[in-house]
Amino acid sequence: MIDGILYVVAGVLFGAGALLALYRVVRGPSILDRMIASDVLLTTLMLVVGAEMVVNGHTRNVPLMLVLSAVAIFATVAVARYVSKQDRAKDAPLDPARKDADS
Amino acid sequence: MTLDDVLDAISAAFLVLGGVLSVAAGVGLVRFNDALTRLHAATKPQILGLMFILAAIALEDRNWSTLLVLAPVLVFQALTAPISAHMVGRAGYRTGNFRGDQLVTDELDDAIERASKETGP
Repeated sequence: MIDGILYVVAGVLFGAGALLALYRVVRGPSILDRMIASDVLLTTLMLVVGAEMVVNGHTRNVPLMLVLSAVAIFATVAVARYVSKQDRAKDAPLDPARKDADS
Repeated sequence: MTLDDVLDAISAAFLVLGGVLSVAAGVGLVRFNDALTRLHAATKPQILGLMFILAAIALEDRNWSTLLVLAPVLVFQALTAPISAHMVGRAGYRTGNFRGDQLVTDELDDAIERASKETGP
C-alpha cells in the first residue's frame, strides 16, 4: 500500500529532475553547460532504469545499468577536449584582472 | 506486517531519496550561474543517488548473486565520474567559463604565470 504511493512520488521526482536538466540543455549558454546537463540527464536515465526494476520486481536490466555507468564518460570527455576558446558564455564575463590562460 | 513488507517499504523509501537527489541536481543546474558551480550540482546524483537506487534493488531482490552484479555498477561510476568532472572543469577554466569575482582564490592562475615565465610566452 505505502509502496505504491512512494513509487509514484519517486517517479514524479525523477521526471522533475529530468525536465530541469533538459531546461539547462536547451538554454545553454555554453556547450559545457549543455554537456553537464546531458550528463545529468543520462544519470537520471540510469537511475530510472534501476527504479523500474524495483517497481516491477525483476533484475533483467542490471547489465544495461552497468554499460551506461561505464560508457557515460566518453561523451563528456570528447566534448571537453574539443571545446574551443570561441565558445565563451555571454553572461559570464572574464575577470578583467586575469590574463588569457592559453599557454 | 511481515519482514518482507518492511524491506519493500525501505526500498521504496530509497527510491524516493534517489529522486530527491535527482531533483536537487536539476535545481542546481537551473539556479547556479556558472559552469563550474553547475558541475558541482551535477555530481550529486552520480554517486549517492546511484547508491540509493542500487540499495533499493538489492533490498527488493534479496539475493547475494544480485548484489555481486550490482557492485561493479558503483565501481565503474566511481572510477569514471571524477575523470569526466576533471576534464569539464579544466575546459571550463581554460575557456573562461566561470565568474572570476566569485572565486576565493585562484591558484591555477599563479601556476600558469610561473610556467609561462619559465618557458617564455
